[in-house]
Amino acid sequence: MSELFRRDPRAQWIARNRLHPLHQTLVIGPVFGPSGLLRKNLHSIGFIGPNGLKRIDRSGASNDSAQGSRRAAAASEVILPLHQVLEPAFYIVVVLDLVSGRLNGHDKDTLGLAQQLANRNGGAGAVVAIAFGELKDDSLDKAGVDRLIHLDSPHYEQYNPEQRCNDLQVIVDDLKPQHILLPDSINGGGDLGRRLATKLQQRPACGVWKLIDDTVTCRGSAGKSDITRPLSQLMLVMEECSEPISETRHENIVIPQDTSQFTGAKLIDQGNISVDPNAIPLAEAGFILSGGNGINDWPQFHHTASVLGATEGASRVAVDDGNMPRERQVGATGTWVTAQVYIAVGISGAIQHMQGIGQCEKVVAINTDEGCDMVKRADLSAIGDSTEILTRLVELIEQRKQTINGGATND
Amino acid sequence: MTNDNLSVISLVSIGEHPTSRRPRRAEQDARAIELGIKLVGENLQTLHAGELPDDANQQTALRSYLGMGLAEMNLLEMPAQADAVLVIAEHLKQQNPDVILTGVRAESGESSGMLPYLLAEHLGMAMVTSIADILSVDEANQQAEVLQALPRGQRRKLIVDLPFVASVDMAAAMPRQSAFGPAMRGLLDTAVAGDFADEEASTWQTSNAKKRPKRLKIIKAKTAADRFKAATAKASGGGGKVVHGVEESAQAILDLLVEEGLV
Ligand SMILES: Cc1cc2nc3c(=O)[nH]c(=O)nc-3n(C[C@H](O)[C@H](O)[C@H](O)COP(=O)(O)OP(=O)(O)OC[C@H]3O[C@@H](n4cnc5c(N)ncnc54)[C@H](O)[C@@H]3O)c2cc1C
Repeated sequence: MSELFRRDPRAQWIARNRLHPLHQTLVIGPVFGPSGLLRKNLHSIGFIGPNGLKRIDRSGASNDSAQGSRRAAAASEVILPLHQVLEPAFYIVVVLDLVSGRLNGHDKDTLGLAQQLANRNGGAGAVVAIAFGELKDDSLDKAGVDRLIHLDSPHYEQYNPEQRCNDLQVIVDDLKPQHILLPDSINGGGDLGRRLATKLQQRPACGVWKLIDDTVTCRGSAGKSDITRPLSQLMLVMEECSEPISETRHENIVIPQDTSQFTGAKLIDQGNISVDPNAIPLAEAGFILSGGNGINDWPQFHHTASVLGATEGASRVAVDDGNMPRERQVGATGTWVTAQVYIAVGISGAIQHMQGIGQCEKVVAINTDEGCDMVKRADLSAIGDSTEILTRLVELIEQRKQTINGGATND
Repeated sequence: MTNDNLSVISLVSIGEHPTSRRPRRAEQDARAIELGIKLVGENLQTLHAGELPDDANQQTALRSYLGMGLAEMNLLEMPAQADAVLVIAEHLKQQNPDVILTGVRAESGESSGMLPYLLAEHLGMAMVTSIADILSVDEANQQAEVLQALPRGQRRKLIVDLPFVASVDMAAAMPRQSAFGPAMRGLLDTAVAGDFADEEASTWQTSNAKKRPKRLKIIKAKTAADRFKAATAKASGGGGKVVHGVEESAQAILDLLVEEGLV
């Protein structure tokens, strides 16, 4: 309303008086002194550095005060430059593995190599990613996908390499890509790529890990030799064959495509069979329930693991106390695990233990102590007594199983 | 399991020890033979395409498959650098096998793992990769149940039409030991095969594998302050969700497990 600067002496008095109970609510924003001068509270600027000394960062880039941090947070969502390919001169096709619907490191490296191939020698190719089945990832644009072909129908949930290979053949006939890249992985890429190679009657380069000019270097002799050979159209590439895309955003335009007509599949997927989770080597296990010193009821822990279908792990203390066998120990002196989900029950998160779980994707902590290191690392922390939470969790899961089974019998 | 009429052929190659690089019994091929013996016992046929080695060492490697309890092995003689796929395909066309077992990939040479796929294509058979076991073969319906090895120790059951080619994974049952006496006594049934030279591969350069560079963690920060922070800050997620209370905790964990598809 009015431009006039109106003083509120009481508010100013509170703002000056650091001991006043309302002081904190008023100091947000610039504080003007009685003469109208801007007053800075020297106590509240800066931050405590890692060595315990106070640091004042005058570049404004760090989050030194409450407001500063809000500003910095907004600024840190950097919008990467958009890489556009309006008229693709040629295509590079990448078939993604998409383990559980998400891009993994191997997929990203493959896309990185595809972008290298698309843009080398001043070329303006477009990278076409092909995704089968469910696609949960929304970061495809940041991983270097210019065009996307998404084939989604319920039968891609199953293992149907012959159908997929047929789809790929149709797409390849359509786009006539300069190169086709697949991750040389056990998650499907290696199998599919080799099938495609036989159908296209091409000799693929397998185990590609380096691209120099017009040659690629491949691992041969089961990893004992390097073979340098000319680029081929179909390449199965290894992990870390290239840096993933990190500095550009891509268009990620969906090209509509129908699944191809294919009959006469010789393979029928009967689904995964249940394997004893404790027979899976700890380093390979995908789902680990790990117990530490905070477990009071070991029989219940084992019961929970079997209900969840999780492989059992343990911290060193649990092993030293004789509650778990030595080969179950996770950590620096035990096994380095790579689980997709790691549930740490009553484990404090000593550095020797944390080293072992560095490669786990999702960590869940169940602990009474909210301040412990495991809670800091965890994606989900449940604060409470381990016995009670595990008991409740088992109940919930059994309820869930019953409702699912009940639903199945009703159908 | 009795599958007396089933014809199973196991393809074997000469392996190479990963460090000493001496010829040896290839690990996956040995597992394939073990699986074949489990299926049809002594009726298992084995086939190797390559030079009949003069070198006693190489011969021992080849003969060690015989030492697993086989009376004889067919050997298709061809130059070492020639393309084995066509040679084997020619030979197998006359045999009409029901099941062909191979390793996933060879331990020497290009080791691209293409051989089983190409054979399946040439012979018009189905192809299953990385199997851990063959559960049953139903000759009446011309189908077999196989277990495929997946990452993380998982297994998938597949029904595959006969005839099929299967590559055997390291997850299959361990091979039995090879006995030296029977290995030396076993017969090598040699036939001279055609010579399909692999001209493309002869232009490639092969060297010992170089150690791959370790990927560095590159910190892309615009200001010195950011770089300083990235270098000194403790690696902490910080973004984790914290829940209190038994009921909420259990529910939150269950939700996460459902989201990850584990229960
Ligand atoms: C050279 C060396 C190598 C090592 N290598 C390893 C290794 O490989 N692996 C390894 O694990 N350790 C290793 N350690 C040991 C490591 O330093 C820790 O001592 C150990 O990991 C701690 O185990 P913990 O978290 O189970 O026990 P503690 O540190 O005692 O933690 C127990 C946790 O449980 C919580 N808790 C207690 N009661 C409850 C309850 N009722 N409900 C829920 N939570 C509860 C507590 O709050 C606490 O956080 C090594 C140590 C050394 C010196």
